[in-house]
Amino acid sequence: QEPQASGLPEYVKIVEVGPRDGLQNEKVIVPTDIKIELINQLSKTGLPAIEVTSFVSSRWVPQMADHKEVMRGIERHPGVQYPVLTPNLQGFHSAIAAGATEVSVFGAASESFSKMNINCSIEESMERFEEVTKSARNMNIPVRGYVSCALGCPYEGNVVPDKVAEVSKRLYSMGCYEISLGDTIGVGTPGSMKKMLEAVMKEIPLSALAVHCHDTYGQALANILTAIQMGVTVVDSSVSGLGGCPYAKGATGNVATEDVIYMLNGLGINTGVNLCAVMEVGNFICTALNKKTNSKVAQASFSTGTTN
Amino acid sequence: ARLTLPPCQVSSAAAATGAYPKRVKVVEVGPRDGLQNEKNVVPTPVKINLINMLSETGLQVIEATSFVSPKWVPQMADHTEVMQGINKLPGISYPVLTPNLRGFQAAVAAGAKEVSVFGAASELFTQKNINCSIEESLERFEEVMRAAREASIPVRGYVSCVLGCPYEGKISAAKVAEVSKKLYSMGCYEISLGDTIGVGTPGSMRDMLAVVMREVPVGALAVHCHDTYGQALANILVALQMGVSVVDASVAGLGGCPYAQGASGNVATEDLVYMLNGLGIHTGVDLQKLMDTGTFICNALNRKSNSKVSQASCRL
Repeated sequence: QEPQASGLPEYVKIVEVGPRDGLQNEKVIVPTDIKIELINQLSKTGLPAIEVTSFVSSRWVPQMADHKEVMRGIERHPGVQYPVLTPNLQGFHSAIAAGATEVSVFGAASESFSKMNINCSIEESMERFEEVTKSARNMNIPVRGYVSCALGCPYEGNVVPDKVAEVSKRLYSMGCYEISLGDTIGVGTPGSMKKMLEAVMKEIPLSALAVHCHDTYGQALANILTAIQMGVTVVDSSVSGLGGCPYAKGATGNVATEDVIYMLNGLGINTGVNLCAVMEVGNFICTALNKKTNSKVAQASFSTGTTN
Repeated sequence: ARLTLPPCQVSSAAAATGAYPKRVKVVEVGPRDGLQNEKNVVPTPVKINLINMLSETGLQVIEATSFVSPKWVPQMADHTEVMQGINKLPGISYPVLTPNLRGFQAAVAAGAKEVSVFGAASELFTQKNINCSIEESLERFEEVMRAAREASIPVRGYVSCVLGCPYEGKISAAKVAEVSKKLYSMGCYEISLGDTIGVGTPGSMRDMLAVVMREVPVGALAVHCHDTYGQALANILVALQMGVSVVDASVAGLGGCPYAQGASGNVATEDLVYMLNGLGIHTGVDLQKLMDTGTFICNALNRKSNSKVSQASCRL
């Protein structure tokens, strides 16, 4: 991409994680038809990628128990990717059987987090993912890799940038086409974001990097801006900021897609996404969940009746 | 429950690569701008305690009150009592708003040692807000400036609507620069550029600052960002990248937006300081003490904090 005069990218790809990461962290179990309707509405907003569900055991993540029905029930729009999480080979096979055409694997830059979250060491998790990427390669299925705790860990505290780079490199080398770097507990700031990206960029091409920022400490947009200024062109976000932080009760989690798009629009960066349409979807899902939106753009716009 | 900070998030050593100022002065506007936009009238002792607590946090500038007629701003009716009641710590400035000469004189009589005047980059906003044109408002401020100069009282100038106006919509950067220049030329030592309805983004902030910086030295500029559209910290980040080193904020994000019901207004001082700490930028502010102050005022106002740092740190 040719950089604009401002030095910023012309286009940023938004990866919408509301239906999976968002809903997974919502307390109330959402009915399958609501999930399907949510994804169908999101498909009409111009979003290029929508994370649909997770093929993980319903024992661990009851919210995602209906993964097959959701996968089979959604309308698939041409030009839109519908990735699903697959923690292991079993999940991968199940996902393919249900019609998935892209999958994601979730690593972490912290041993403690890996153990607490998926009950194994980072090394063991990488071995599981290797099985997935091998099968995926045989079937021409693209795999996206996530690295959690990229800017801090709820158990270990500080996370060393080189560790993030090391795990990212493992995932990239085994065949992940994109690595999404997640500030899982939202503790990162533009300072730590910059340092971490500098380390990772030594190992992974910029075009293969994405940032997945949580807004738990209100830093998400500033962190995303920093990443974009460094050349990152893929940003994860969640419609209406769905999904709280499981590590800080009452705190927010995902950054709201509406607020990200508002910022990118203001920077003259193209996303292909219709902000008003996303706001309508946010309104739909918040009404269905009987909760207030976490998007400030939505809060401001619905009260004045205008979008600036 | 006392809020505690997460163990991980203080950046070590130097600020990132010299792209940012080494120090930033945080101007705390909670007791004035914050409370002025809160629905319930706050009792005088609570206001005084708020300011006293803020004085213990390391903040160097705390906007205390507004010497405006209580007919217009009932929340600030106790301006004289507040001014006289607070502990004024050495090294801390307690500016007050003075819309005109009369307010200025009342402020000085009550012990004020620094004042602020409030202009705008929008004609319609000026008409609706203070019932006169921009030109007329500047004439009023000239009177204040003259008296302030004689009394050796520093004056800070605010420009509202720098990134958008609730009535006019888009505001030209040239207009912002023009008003800023006038305030600076008449003697204001600092110009605080306010995104009054929070519609600005890093793009419009950069464009506006580039134009204003041709007329006013960057060392005399401050930004006053509202978080109504969640853009405040990103906007502040860009301002810092352009050399601005004075940032206004409000403890606990006090003060909603009067133009969008239910929407947030001022950016929370806690969230700002958290970001600046992470960038290794020195502020002199103790974030824990600041959070404790936020807890105090939110309890007193019976409301939740608008600061995400506070919300996250609370482990109930």
